[in-house]
Amino acid sequence: MPRTYLTRSAPDTGEVETRRWMFRHPVVIRVTHWANSICLLVLLMSGLQIFNAHPALYWGKVSTFDTPLMAMSSTEDDPPKGVTTILGRTFDTTGWLGSSAGADGEAADRGFPSWATLPSDQDLTGGRSWHFFFAWAFVLNGLAYLFYGLVSGQLRFRVIPSRDQVRHFGASVWEHLTLRFPEGDEAKRYNVIQKLTYLVVLFVLLPAQVLAGLAMSPAMDAAFPFLLTLFDGRQSARTVHFVVAALLVLFVAVHVALVVLSGFRNNMRGMITGWFVIERKVEPLPERTSTEAAS
Amino acid sequence: MIRQPSRRSLLLGATAAGSAMLGGCDRLGDAEWFKRTLKTGEDANLFVQRLLLTERTLAPEFADADISPVFKPNGTEDPPDKAYKALARGKFAKYRLEIGGLVEAPFKLSLAEMRKLPSRTQVTRHDCVEGWSAIGKWTGMPLADLLSRAKLRPEARYVVFHCADTMDQGEDDGGADTAQDDDADEAVPAGNATPAMTKQSGGGESRKDSGGQQASKDTVAGGGSPVRYYESIDLVDAFHPQTILAYDMNGKALPVSNGAPLRLRVERNLGYKQAKYVMRIEVVESFAGIGEGKGGYWEDQGYAWYAGI
Repeated sequence: MPRTYLTRSAPDTGEVETRRWMFRHPVVIRVTHWANSICLLVLLMSGLQIFNAHPALYWGKVSTFDTPLMAMSSTEDDPPKGVTTILGRTFDTTGWLGSSAGADGEAADRGFPSWATLPSDQDLTGGRSWHFFFAWAFVLNGLAYLFYGLVSGQLRFRVIPSRDQVRHFGASVWEHLTLRFPEGDEAKRYNVIQKLTYLVVLFVLLPAQVLAGLAMSPAMDAAFPFLLTLFDGRQSARTVHFVVAALLVLFVAVHVALVVLSGFRNNMRGMITGWFVIERKVEPLPERTSTEAAS
Repeated sequence: MIRQPSRRSLLLGATAAGSAMLGGCDRLGDAEWFKRTLKTGEDANLFVQRLLLTERTLAPEFADADISPVFKPNGTEDPPDKAYKALARGKFAKYRLEIGGLVEAPFKLSLAEMRKLPSRTQVTRHDCVEGWSAIGKWTGMPLADLLSRAKLRPEARYVVFHCADTMDQGEDDGGADTAQDDDADEAVPAGNATPAMTKQSGGGESRKDSGGQQASKDTVAGGGSPVRYYESIDLVDAFHPQTILAYDMNGKALPVSNGAPLRLRVERNLGYKQAKYVMRIEVVESFAGIGEGKGGYWEDQGYAWYAGI
């Protein structure tokens, strides 16, 4: 039974029977989780800084300057307007993309606004320094997480759906959409949608992001030409890197929203101290679990 | 009951924490010890990529059909220097490439002599540090041949390329040290430096799509020696089979906007290594005494010396 090792003797809190303490997140998971969140935030913001040096995306081997997939620019007007073109359609994005107020409050020609980039001023070399340092930190931290997860069995328990979860996939989707969060024993493990999401993030998005990043390096392209085949060229790799970054932002946004909605304090305590409270279902519980709770 | 913080207070808290963090990160990024720490990431790039690449691992080469219709000129497109303009007017007939420094047999070469030497033609991709790419066809002499002819002295470690184009008029070369990066940046005349590559504090400076090697057109009063573009590579890249000094682009003589009469192609590296308007090649043991000592014009502005990523 994979779930038994998650339940340890609870601190003596004098709680009534409807709440139960569970040791959910071992220290390696907690440390790598927070290190990863810092890395992702720095990588995102320094990545936008690097993007701002040439705020346009293309598909293929080279930049087709006249026909970008997406481009941000500013107009000659006074004050300048910010304009974003996506697949040939143009949008006015003044104040957000193309033209926005810099640190001094004056309108500046920049792709993403200064509050979204690291450093906040235009500084390509500064952005690159941050990006590469935290890329290494991200990869090493991720490898530590994967190694620990595989050796401890945590990874399998956390991200591989069990057979019964796959059978009840439809019901889980409905529960999720209606924001009904599992209680009791079901809350001890991740539900099937969580597991599949983590699977995709861990084994599709993050590796794709690293590979697309490497494919932008001319030296890596010499060492591993398959990187270019994989992404259909360096400029496509740059576009994939941008799109996957956006998907990761979406994942983090949903993740944080659900953390707030499903019990902010409990979730935060869980990821900081490891201890998580399971709220019992109201209906009478089977004998087995109530003895466990008394321990 | 555990009280949940209200959404409003969470949002307010997040905004306050966000702006405090941004300011903090900017200050951190300006601190010398932290800059050095961040730079270890770029040191790791060099270390790992040198392990992955052998001296003969070739950069991908492309078909003629892949050549970009317009090879975007970047940085300097027309050097303002009088000496260069005179050479260009004479169709570079008086141009002589100098090879010297830590070599046993320094020599000079005219363009006509170069064209008689064995050459290599390659269709390769040019990747600007800003993010864009273009493919061009280059013909030129392998740098390895020239270095072998000049015979390197045992202490030789780097090859420095001195270019014709003045980037900015140095105001106070002696006093510019690494701790004053910001001052050095402000010394770059507005509008002449490469906007995308240079630090900007959100002012209304006009932004062009440029970068790389862009010359200054003005002279800053107050004297000081002009700072011309320069770059450097180590012997691993210098003797790489695809490292050539190109005099032809896409089958025609290299145009002025792309670096006539001679530019470096050091594939497996970003665009700022591909020095244009190469006048003199100097073999050295260290970068001390050249520019601000970091091995290149952009390196002196804070860019990594290793440009493989």
